[in-house]
Amino acid sequence: MNTGIVVFPGTWSDRDCAHAVGEVLGQPGRYVDHREENLDDLDLVILPGGFSYGDYLRCGAIARFAPVMEAVTDFANRGGLVLGICNGFQILQEARLLPGALLRNASCEFRCEWVNLRVEQSESAFTLDCRPGQVLRIPISHGEGNFFADLQTLDAIERNGQVVFRYCAPDGRVTAESNPNGSLSNIAGIANARGNVFGMMPHPERACEDLLGGSDGLAVFRSAIHALARVAV
Amino acid sequence: MAIATRRAQLEEVALNEDEYRAIVRAIGRDPNDLELGMFGALWSEHCSYKTSKALLRQLPTEGPDVLQGPGENAGAVDIGDGLAVVFKIESHNHPSAIEPYQGAATGVGGILRDVFAMGARPIAILDALRFGPLDSGHNRHLFHGVVAGIGGYGNCFGCPTVGGEVHFDSGYADNPIVNAMCVGLVAHDRLRRASADRAGDVVLLVGADTGRDGIHGATFASVEMDERSAERRPAVQVGNPFLEKLLCEACLRLNELAGVTAIQDLGAAGLTSAASELAYRGRRGLDIEVDRISRREQGMTPYEVMLSESQERMLVVVRPDAETAARQVFDHFELHADRIGTVTGTGRIRIRDHGVSVADIPLKALVDGVPLRSPVASFPDKQPTVVMPAVEEPEAILLDLIASPNLRSRRPIYRTYDHQVQDNTVFGPGFDAALLRVPGTNKGLALTTDGNPWYVTLDPYEGTKAAVAEAARNIVCTGARPIAVTNCLNFGNPERPAIFGQLQESIRGLADACRALELPVVSGEHPADAGDRHGRPARRPLPPMPVRIPGRRRPGLFAG
Repeated sequence: MNTGIVVFPGTWSDRDCAHAVGEVLGQPGRYVDHREENLDDLDLVILPGGFSYGDYLRCGAIARFAPVMEAVTDFANRGGLVLGICNGFQILQEARLLPGALLRNASCEFRCEWVNLRVEQSESAFTLDCRPGQVLRIPISHGEGNFFADLQTLDAIERNGQVVFRYCAPDGRVTAESNPNGSLSNIAGIANARGNVFGMMPHPERACEDLLGGSDGLAVFRSAIHALARVAV
Repeated sequence: MAIATRRAQLEEVALNEDEYRAIVRAIGRDPNDLELGMFGALWSEHCSYKTSKALLRQLPTEGPDVLQGPGENAGAVDIGDGLAVVFKIESHNHPSAIEPYQGAATGVGGILRDVFAMGARPIAILDALRFGPLDSGHNRHLFHGVVAGIGGYGNCFGCPTVGGEVHFDSGYADNPIVNAMCVGLVAHDRLRRASADRAGDVVLLVGADTGRDGIHGATFASVEMDERSAERRPAVQVGNPFLEKLLCEACLRLNELAGVTAIQDLGAAGLTSAASELAYRGRRGLDIEVDRISRREQGMTPYEVMLSESQERMLVVVRPDAETAARQVFDHFELHADRIGTVTGTGRIRIRDHGVSVADIPLKALVDGVPLRSPVASFPDKQPTVVMPAVEEPEAILLDLIASPNLRSRRPIYRTYDHQVQDNTVFGPGFDAALLRVPGTNKGLALTTDGNPWYVTLDPYEGTKAAVAEAARNIVCTGARPIAVTNCLNFGNPERPAIFGQLQESIRGLADACRALELPVVSGEHPADAGDRHGRPARRPLPPMPVRIPGRRRPGLFAG
């Protein structure tokens, strides 16, 4: 899986994603500069977490104008796999590659902690390795992760099976207490209708080694590897 | 110069008549306003430690693993595998008391720059905080502002905040203690010392434009807090962690280039301090063309430019033939760089504005010429005795203890800090000490900050020893061996005999404890800004002396 990790000014999960994909999973890849315009060599494009352009304006609102985003949009339209993590998710929404918006956390505070995610959709390219209803333990680290969409959009993504992860209790129940940021319907990760573009607020790259507290995040990257293998066959 | 005018001028730069006479002797004439301002900044207690320098000589600063002791941007200790850990702690108490969010944020920004100026990648931040009781609205404002400022800067920059401590006590009412520590990693052969030792080298000022913010911040940090402090709000700087992130990546890349002589951050006393120390360490001189420095506003005087404490700026010294390569790095990160001067062999700092000389000072006098003060120390006749209350209702006392802000969970604070970014955090906040993996090795690095303000108040010598011992115990609890110490001695104005007495005893305790545990003190800071003008010792007990010890886990402990 040749992986491209996009680096905007202010991105900081680039090295963590490279560690997870490159060192833990042994996949080839490269960093992609925000000024690049050609992603043809890649199988998977990751938009990692961070504070692109400082997020001084709405998160992701400036990054979406970076030259690389045109290439990312072409890549996605051609069916390429795109994973947006945290700030990357925000950028994908600003670029209209994913529906909805991410508002300020309901607590009005930044939150960094481990959360539980229930797998709602195990047919997605990023959850192929998971069972429906499986609970993954993965940390969040954000101030603006409160998923919002108008009722029509929400209805559509629920109906189309685009909701991939929901915040839940350790036993898988979707409860108000297990929602760390006020997201509508506890939504933590969604895919586009075609299923090749996926955004999630939690950081799977931080949950790839038991030494660091857990390895449930590997499922996301391994699923992508298997999805690509399936296409290739 | 008329005496009254001079007195007002000296008050402005917080120097006394004796120091003024020493300046005249050193330069052979009366200084002009700019020169006096530069002396005021570098001869402030904050920059020169003129009252505590003699005491600090007691501290053990050497050891077999020490690669860099005090005197550089940060200390460095060998951890094997060709790697060094670089670390330092600094206070930002005064700015945080005036403007808590920006004060704390720029405290984090400053200590990050100290670490990446050494060529090291920052891998952890820790914070030691002290506030007054939260039943006061103003203390709550300070508390929330400081916590948000630390998170706001560290989270955006992308360095995990992995540990720290917080105490609440009426002694810190309106007068918080904000100490930020940064830890970085670097390969030995990339460890950099900020010394401009080659005449003819080019001096570049990189990063933010220079504004009027923070002028005389170093002087401000060395005068006592009073009711007029709020008027000094313009002396507090505003941070831009996004720009700092770019600056850090650029400096780490520059560090790989041939022909880069020195990298130095601009902190207290801004360009004056950074340029002077860089050239003095290299036993050279420096010519600066002050008009070449990009400014945020029009009409700034050379005085304002030389003393501005605008954040996110670095000085980079390169060989002339390396300037193009250095500029390519800045261009990649879309950073602005001005060529502002050259290294000379004169031993002087000379500043010109549009070709006209506006300052010309021998560096030795400016950096190392401050007359040391020998304040009088006084000691209380007897140490305060602790009266243990009779325990009649143990259940009630237990409930009181559980409810005490000093014993409550710190989770509401640390969950607002990203403590995991960079994928090295094995134990984050909430443990005895934080434990980080050292990437690429089977080693870990244990980090803690400790200090009990009440022990130090009761007995500065024993209390300080206890702080070192507590930190060492916390390190040992993670399975690590303590290897070195940085320290931040937050005391009031050392000109006051009782406070100087406390400082003296505390440093003696620090030295004795570090010798007993064979721990070198490789960096630190001794802010003289934790007191108030009226000296109300009952209401202002001695602030703590947090001590930080990075420890190293023995190799092989990581099965993962």
